[in-house]
Amino acid sequence: MKLREVKEILDANVIVGEEKLDMEVKTAFGADLMSDVLAFAKAGSLLLTGLTNTQVIRIANVLDIAAIILVRGKKPPMEALELAKDLHIPILTTKYILFETAGRLYTRGIVGCLEKVEK
Amino acid sequence: MVSVEKILEKHDFDIEGGNFNKAGTVSTRIKSILKHRQLPDEIVRRSAIVCYEAEINIVSYAKKGVISLTVIPDKIIIEANDEGPGIPNIELAMQQGYSTANQQIREMGFGAGMGLYNIKTYSDVFDITSEVNKGTFLKMAINLI
Ligand SMILES: Nc1ncnc2c1ncn2[C@@H]1O[C@H](COP(=O)(O)OP(=O)(O)O)[C@@H](O)[C@H]1O
Ligand SMILES: [Mg+2]
Repeated sequence: MKLREVKEILDANVIVGEEKLDMEVKTAFGADLMSDVLAFAKAGSLLLTGLTNTQVIRIANVLDIAAIILVRGKKPPMEALELAKDLHIPILTTKYILFETAGRLYTRGIVGCLEKVEK
Repeated sequence: MVSVEKILEKHDFDIEGGNFNKAGTVSTRIKSILKHRQLPDEIVRRSAIVCYEAEINIVSYAKKGVISLTVIPDKIIIEANDEGPGIPNIELAMQQGYSTANQQIREMGFGAGMGLYNIKTYSDVFDITSEVNKGTFLKMAINLI
């Protein structure tokens, strides 16, 4: 689906990347543990998280994450926002909790970037 | 050693231990350098992951360090050398889940003990040596052919 549809499903605000709403996304990864995001998230996925520090943006850049969805109504600090703009990474914020955010996207066809870990 | 005429790209970047505001900037830089060379996305991504994990470890655990990027026709070489406490038991540190990260590091979302394991997974060649009270030396290579 298009990022625009993700925005609608989550009743989200686009804080960065309004011009990228036509981007196609198919998969997502959700976690607040950045170590696990680095280990498991796949390129082109949405990143669902409640963490808002600048490292989240740097990690999204490193991993070629399509867009960051901040859950539980979290707002990023100014530095994170500026960095996301520089690196052209869209940020959406939604008031839904992580569980609801994931569930709403899943029922509409977005799947996990992996189903389960190997061991 | 790599003969000089074969070097396509060579950069050294200083890393400050404990400076989390700057953490990750070198990886962002290296990623953009590799992207400009028009290397395949997956190669650039793997290099960036390896570099980022090494950078975060230097910032988290060491006093200071240098990350160097070398590109030669058949591979990307990333070296991360630091001055710091070193790693007493490398085998243990390499295990998934082993971490000595403090509260500050954990609050930023790190400290799951996945970093070194992740570096090993994403590089084609990974070499780690360390000397207690001196420093840690990582060498990673990612093959281009
Ligand atoms: N450059 C380093 N200097 C000193 N100790 C390190 C360094 N890199 C890693 N370590 C040690 O190895 C452990 C495991 O590292 P890593 O796998 O990256 O996981 P994490 O950083 O999440 O703890 C760290 O908790 C730390 O004790
Ligand atoms: Mg680490």
